[in-house]
Formats: sequence, structure tokens, C-alpha cells
Amino acid sequence: MSKFKAKKQNIAIDMTPMVDLAFLLITFFMLTVKFRAPEAVEVHLPSSIADTPLPAQDILLISVSQDGRVFFGVDSKHTRLSILEKIRERFGYQFTEKEMQTFSVIAEIGVPFEQLKSYLSYGEAERKIVDKRSSIPVDSVNNQLKQWILFARYSNPKIRIAVRADEAAPYPVIARIIETLKEQKVHRFNLITTREAQPKS
Amino acid sequence: MAAEVGGDSGAPKKGKKKGKARKPKKRPRIDMTPMVDLGFLLLTFFVLTTTMTTPNTMPVVVPPKITEKDEVEPPKIAEGKVITLLVGRGKVYYYTGVENPELHQTDFSPKTGIRRVLLNRREEVKDRYGSEDEMIVIIKVMDEAQYKDFVDILDEMNIIQQKKYALVDITKEEADMVSDYKKSVNPS
Repeated sequence: MSKFKAKKQNIAIDMTPMVDLAFLLITFFMLTVKFRAPEAVEVHLPSSIADTPLPAQDILLISVSQDGRVFFGVDSKHTRLSILEKIRERFGYQFTEKEMQTFSVIAEIGVPFEQLKSYLSYGEAERKIVDKRSSIPVDSVNNQLKQWILFARYSNPKIRIAVRADEAAPYPVIARIIETLKEQKVHRFNLITTREAQPKS
Repeated sequence: MAAEVGGDSGAPKKGKKKGKARKPKKRPRIDMTPMVDLGFLLLTFFVLTTTMTTPNTMPVVVPPKITEKDEVEPPKIAEGKVITLLVGRGKVYYYTGVENPELHQTDFSPKTGIRRVLLNRREEVKDRYGSEDEMIVIIKVMDEAQYKDFVDILDEMNIIQQKKYALVDITKEEADMVSDYKKSVNPS
């Protein structure tokens, strides 16, 4: 048993390649990253084998929360402003410059038309609180989602409709949305899901 | 840095060849640690915030509403080709035919669930009508179901590549049938 002591040595590791790689990766991620728009509702998507990616533009998003509240969103700022203009024409609400600005950056909105003006005058924190309990009415007596879809389709005829619902959302709400779409002769729409492997047959 | 690991590393050069006085070259050494730290911090941030899973979409086509003024009758289909699925929460009740339907229960499990049922029915239809494309699936989702069940059943259609299916509203009789069935299975 011969013991030998290794001489203490300062080992200098050349870190250059590691740093190179790290910065390469940073550059890659910085260029590819696309920040998710802040969403008003948290949604756990169900999974399916569908593998068609969602188109990036011209999307009308109907979100349904776990407790069955309905939200509406369009992707482009231009369309949003155009929708707000139609709401003004139709219901006679006057919006200030600041409220229009606020509306144009909100990704998803979930308040009845009657509360829209006051909702837009709130600060961000207050709006978040409202989002926790409000919803667009979809019942057959007061179907405001229908109006929203109508305005959106007038503003952008190319718009495609996608439903982004929580996997635990109650089906009757989904059925109401499908019914609403049918009433407007929309028979083709998309359900947003996460990817799941195709089972082997 | 590359020079350090080069071939003649053993012999340091001496700048005294022709008697000219040269200042000994000194490499300025920069401590890269903070830069590397920052680099990895940023890297971690971007790796964690990037969502690699882009959402996918499942296209759905629903039959148009037939109103009275349309003057079209709903299409009539042969009884032998049909299977009706009543989708509940995590459960699927199904029956074939129209006269005195007998309700069965299954679920979404991959091997033994609704997929098996549909494939068996497809075989039956194939034996009778000669083509497996003849089968028609009628999907009626019950109020107790969740969105997940709805997606799952449409997904099953895609998995077994069933083209002919229709989403139809459930009737009162069918809802009663399911609740009777539940009572008969679980009397408590």
C-alpha cells in the first residue's frame, strides 16, 4: 500500500468553449422566445392526438375557465380597436382615449358590455380581481358572446375561431358556445389542446 | 489562450534574440467568472420561460342547424349502421339500433374502453354492409360531462379515423335511460 500524495496544483480549466456554448444558447433562446400574452384565465388544456399547430394570426379565442366562465379575445390590436368602435356604435358608450388604449392591450376580456367602461377605467390590479369572477353572459336570453363574435367577424372577416377551455369546464357551457357558433353559421372551428402521443394500434 | 496549449508550450519565448530590449509580453488575464455567471443566469431564465409545447388544435365540424323554414328533413340513416354514444363524466354509455336499445357502459381506457367497442361495431357493420366506412357514430354529450370528455370522444374518432360522426343534442328519453341504467347498476 503505497500512499502517494498528489501535488497540490492549481488546475486551470479553459472555460472558453463552455462560455461560447452558453452564449450561443442564450442567443438562440432570446431570438426564439415569444412571451406568452398575459391571460385573464388560467386554463388546463386537455390533451389530444391532434397535431395541427394553431395559426399565429387572425384568431378569435373563446376561453372557458374551470368554473365555466367565458372570456373573449382577439389577437390583433387593430381588430380590438375596431371591435370597440362597433361596441360604441351599437350601444352608445363613449370611451376615452385612455380606455381605448387599455382595451387594445387586453388579450382576453370577460365582462358584460354594461361593465365594460368601468372595467377599462380600472387599474391592472383591479381588473385582475374582476377577472376572477366575471364572465361574458352566454345564456339564451342574454347571449353577449354572440355580439362579440359578430363584431369580431365584421372587423376581420378572415378570423378563425378557436375554443380554449379548461379540461374540467362543464359541458353545458361548451354546448352553449357551440350553439352560439351554429347560430352564426360557424360550423367549423378549432379546439385547442396539448399534444399527446398517438396510441399504437 | 490557444497559444498556451500549443505545441511549444514547454519553452517560453524569450524576446532577446537580436539584443533588442523588448518588454516581456504579458497577457492581460480577464476574470471571466462574472460574465459566465451572468450568461448562465440568462440562459436559465430563457430555458425556463420558453414554452416548447406550442398549442395544437383539433378541428371540429358540427352539423348545421335544421330549422323549420329550411324545408329539409334531417337525413335518414339505416339502423344497422348506427352506434349512439352518450358521454358522461369519464364514462361512455352506448347502444346500437333504435328499437328497445340496450344500454352498455364503458370508459376511455385505451385497450378495453370505447375504442374497442367502436372497432367491434365497425366489424359488425362491415360484415353486414360490406364496407367499414358505413358506420355512423352519433355522439351525445350529457350535461354531467366535462370538456375533457368531449375532447376525448372526438379524439377517439380521430384515432380510429372515423369520418362519419355527428354531434347531436341528447334527448330526454336518453337521459332517463342513463339514469335508470345507473340506478340498476348501483341501487343505493
